Amino acid sequence: MGQAIAFYTISAFVLFFAVLVVSTKDTVHSVLFLVVDFLFVAALYVLLGAEFLAAIQVLVYAGGIVVLYLFVVMLVNLKRPPEAYEDPHRRTKLGYALSAAVLVELGAIVGYGYLTPSPIRPAPAALPVSGNTEEVGWLLYTSYLIPFEIASILLLVAMIGAIVLAKREL
Amino acid sequence: MILSAALFMIGVIGVMVRRNIIIIFMSIELILNAVNINLVAFSSQLQHVVGQVFAVFVIAVAAAEAAVGLGIILAFYRNKETVNIDEMNLMRW
Repeated sequence: MGQAIAFYTISAFVLFFAVLVVSTKDTVHSVLFLVVDFLFVAALYVLLGAEFLAAIQVLVYAGGIVVLYLFVVMLVNLKRPPEAYEDPHRRTKLGYALSAAVLVELGAIVGYGYLTPSPIRPAPAALPVSGNTEEVGWLLYTSYLIPFEIASILLLVAMIGAIVLAKREL
Repeated sequence: MILSAALFMIGVIGVMVRRNIIIIFMSIELILNAVNINLVAFSSQLQHVVGQVFAVFVIAVAAAEAAVGLGIILAFYRNKETVNIDEMNLMRW
């Protein structure tokens, strides 16, 4: 019961701050709302029993990615706000219509899920729970070793690519 | 699930409607977060940690995407002095 209350409260905060991120005019405010949103998502992970992922979320997202965004926002000091320029060919209505289409699609999926009884039964706890981090690490280094290595190569390539792109002249 | 869908929706609306490319990137981060919430929710419901492993991969890819994307924004801003996506027509022919 208490868990359900906590879940819905945190969910409400997550959605509220997500709306603020998308709707504020000032980009710096938007980034700060994004930090708060990520922290609430981390709280949600703790509630769902994924402590390791919550720590990663705080370190990588709230600590790393957001700092990157703030740096870019400050390097790109805007002399004129980007929203001031009005493109005559801009199809804002089309954007809203496409968003509405995706909304209808998702609503249909959720409604369908409620109407049909789900075939997935919660499996009995197969693994003896022995600390979340240990389990995740075990799986990551045994069954998912090759995807793990590929992810590390992807990160290396992205790092080199970002340096090449952001360098003034080669 | 519904929370994840709603967060995903907000991200999609942000991508479609806003014109500042930095805010569009943040909306993409919101979408990836929605996917992660979904993975973790399934992981906790099915009592299996595979979902969390995949969420770790999603976070790694998101970090790579953010780094490259922001590098592109910086390079573009140096050339054109704008972050408005309507003025980004270098590849038009």
